[in-house]
Amino acid sequence: MSSTKPGWKEIPIAGIPFKSALEYKTGTWRSFKPIIDDKKCVRCLLCWLYCPDDSFIIKWSEDGKRPKQVLVNYEYCKGCGICSTVCPTKAITMIPEGEEQ
Amino acid sequence: MTVEQIDILLNGDEAAAWAAKDVHVDVVAAYPITPQTIVVEKFSEFVADGIVQTEFVSVESEHSALSACVGAAAAGARAFTATAANGLQLMNEILYIASSLRQPIVMAIANRAPSGPINIHNDHTDAMNVRDAGWIMFFAENTQEVYDTIIQAYKIAEDPNVLLPVMVCYDGFLISHTAERIKVFKDPKDVAEFLGGPRKIPKIELMGKEVELSLNPENPLPLTFGPLDLYDYYFEHKRQQSEAMQHAYAVIEKVNEEYAKFSGRKYGNGRVVPYRLDDAEIAIVLMGSTAGTARYVIDELRDEGIKIGELRVRSFRPFPYMDLERYLKNVKVVGVFDRAQDQGMQGGPLFLETRAALYDLASHPKVVNFVFGLGGRDMSPELLRTTMDELIAIKEGKKPVFNRKYIGVRE
Repeated sequence: MSSTKPGWKEIPIAGIPFKSALEYKTGTWRSFKPIIDDKKCVRCLLCWLYCPDDSFIIKWSEDGKRPKQVLVNYEYCKGCGICSTVCPTKAITMIPEGEEQ
Repeated sequence: MTVEQIDILLNGDEAAAWAAKDVHVDVVAAYPITPQTIVVEKFSEFVADGIVQTEFVSVESEHSALSACVGAAAAGARAFTATAANGLQLMNEILYIASSLRQPIVMAIANRAPSGPINIHNDHTDAMNVRDAGWIMFFAENTQEVYDTIIQAYKIAEDPNVLLPVMVCYDGFLISHTAERIKVFKDPKDVAEFLGGPRKIPKIELMGKEVELSLNPENPLPLTFGPLDLYDYYFEHKRQQSEAMQHAYAVIEKVNEEYAKFSGRKYGNGRVVPYRLDDAEIAIVLMGSTAGTARYVIDELRDEGIKIGELRVRSFRPFPYMDLERYLKNVKVVGVFDRAQDQGMQGGPLFLETRAALYDLASHPKVVNFVFGLGGRDMSPELLRTTMDELIAIKEGKKPVFNRKYIGVRE
């Protein structure tokens, strides 16, 4: 291997990548994009709970007790569609990437 | 000053569960298999009775049991599991993952012959099958040692210079189901103190910052565990594992010393336990419960004036080659006892590694191999005596006609 890469004494143990998971913008993998219809969304947060990544952003009311709006973090969302499947009001639609309005 | 202890009647499996209780592990994920079943039964009783606040995960297989332990340990928990034979084989894939992710999981193994033909009784073939999986491996001789070694194992596994999982092996049925009077700590708080309190999460350096090596979403820099690691970094990570195993030699010795001060019980130097070797001309090398039977025969032979002793290997991984050199350099004949299969090899695994360890000595002893006890076949003092007579004859000049001999099999 190239001698410019760090040796075994210099890299983190346990096969941990030398960058934080935050640095990996997995959103680039996506071929289907979840679009939330805010009118249908009842803020149950099942999408947030079931998301295998951490790709939902919740905007909270000022007292911090009530979710005001649910948004997708497209930097990390891989487009798996689990949120769309579990949504009880069918508020999340999966649209082929690039075809959204 | 040792801490207060009480006498109690436990079998090997119960002692393993009792140790996990006294360590007060955070997570147990295990699947029952004979002869390990009592470990899981007993520990689930502790959970049901509210004696421990451990999260007990009932899983559908051993593969899942160890996977759950890897996840729990990665999240910062003290994790414990137990298995045997076929269950250990089903875990095989995750064994390598646990060690390469450097998770300090402790696992009790009630050694049993793997299928087939199907058998539930003791030999060491199941553990030998996974000897290269990157786990530290102890072989205990009796119920007391099972209890003591599991407590020590957490301290060894969690040492920041080691961070490797540990297997504590003991003979199925011979130890797992045999009740013995042992000493346990009266107050589990003392065990917590010995271990230095709850598990300390190791720190690693990442992007110029010090972060916890854990799956903690509160981490300022969240980590990815177990990503693809190809030809440009995999070798470096494996090199780190080898280094950790090298560090384990000293840590095992240190923890053995600390435990002796704490409990009053000491197992040789932690890696090997010598017996009557000082002036010995003949030595036997073995692991597990047979060591006690062998000492009884050695005492008889010593009374007859035969200079014979025993070296019991306690840590098979890391393999104590330096101790074998030190203790066996002056003996003339070494008999190595393998309770494991040797198919297509020059001898059993313990024999091969013992002989390799002695190769660099200026003059090395004659080393021969006895394969015994497969599938739970009994090893009696009488049978052991025949092997030692063989060693005496070799010492007196008889040319050994074998590399290995099968003891206790019908011809």
